[in-house]
Amino acid sequence: MKEITIKIDGKECKAKSGQTIVEAAKANGIYIPTLCHYDGLKPAGTCRICTVKVGGRNMAACTTPVGEGMVIESNTPELEEIRKAIVEMLFVEGNHMCPTCEKSGNCELQAMGYRYRMMVPRFPYLFPVRPINAKTPKIYIDGNRCIQCLRCARGVLAPDGKKIFGLVKRGGKAMISVDEELAAALTDEQAQKAMDMCPVGAILRKEAGFKVPIGSRKFDSAQIGSDIE
Amino acid sequence: MSKPVVATASLAGCFGCHMSFLDIDDRILQLIELVEFNKSPVDDIKKFTKMCDIGIIEGGCCNSENVENLREFRKHCKILISLGECAIMGGLPAMRNGIPVRECLEEAYLNGPTVDDNIIPNDDELPMILDKVYPCHEIVKIDYFLPGCPPRADLIWEALVALVTGKELTLPYEAFKFD
Repeated sequence: MKEITIKIDGKECKAKSGQTIVEAAKANGIYIPTLCHYDGLKPAGTCRICTVKVGGRNMAACTTPVGEGMVIESNTPELEEIRKAIVEMLFVEGNHMCPTCEKSGNCELQAMGYRYRMMVPRFPYLFPVRPINAKTPKIYIDGNRCIQCLRCARGVLAPDGKKIFGLVKRGGKAMISVDEELAAALTDEQAQKAMDMCPVGAILRKEAGFKVPIGSRKFDSAQIGSDIE
Repeated sequence: MSKPVVATASLAGCFGCHMSFLDIDDRILQLIELVEFNKSPVDDIKKFTKMCDIGIIEGGCCNSENVENLREFRKHCKILISLGECAIMGGLPAMRNGIPVRECLEEAYLNGPTVDDNIIPNDDELPMILDKVYPCHEIVKIDYFLPGCPPRADLIWEALVALVTGKELTLPYEAFKFD
């Protein structure tokens, strides 16, 4: 891979051609917030929280490949405000009741709320009616918390490569659905992987909740992104 | 100079935020040096006796009495704070927001496994239940928000001291949580 030079927030960085902006930034110790992005999965660019400015245009840093001499703005007040607004929008769009959620403390959306010190969303709560599917033996899917990042659709596959999770319906009605037959065949390991991959509490393992005490959970004392910054 | 006056209330909440408030431990001695309490469960004053500087609201609005109470607070408090998840977004009570009110009442009073009398209470004395649970800032203007379930005692203390003394509020990561 060819080594190229880019600039992120004025800092000269070495990157490899073919890398995305998010990957290159990470390799240089710069954190660009992501939610739908998951290491090892093909980027989807669904959440836009990684929005950066390249040549005056807003781009999703998780899907945009780096180019020689690229000048990228990331940590600017304007972009940070856009990101905060996206987090707030995700909070009002679903029913994110942190105190009742097993994922609380390990949830990436919540961690973004902490990072941006979200006191209250600026948008009105929608309180949508969303289904919960608890029919499969190992996991349950809570539509109330889904942010449609499509990590599960991309990353949790049956042994023959078939998708277990997928998006159904369109627009405001779009939601994640599960193939119940394939999901019934999930092993404990795969179920754990699905739960870990979900950034929120939309996919949870049955009979495995609240194992880690409050105080020791992933984002209890470590801000999201602090491992990179 | 007279001390700033504080009023507090628990609407559709569990009093957990008030309990967390008491979790400031011996700082409560500093608190009574710093502020004076008016209408609040803390001192059991039932009615506003004067205009207050700071009103602290726990819980969202699930019935007509909550709305009335909240409006009363807005009228009597210069600054109003939503304290905790329920005041901010409805919280646990808002889990009924996707279920029609009739269905909720039928489950609670007619069809539930432990129900005996089989009557949905309908007395003029009882507050009317709202179609859904509302965050406080959708009913009246709220000036500040302190998240948490409950908000950590340190957060409540720091925010109150900052507000009363005019100092800038520092928000340590550990004190800022949604659960």
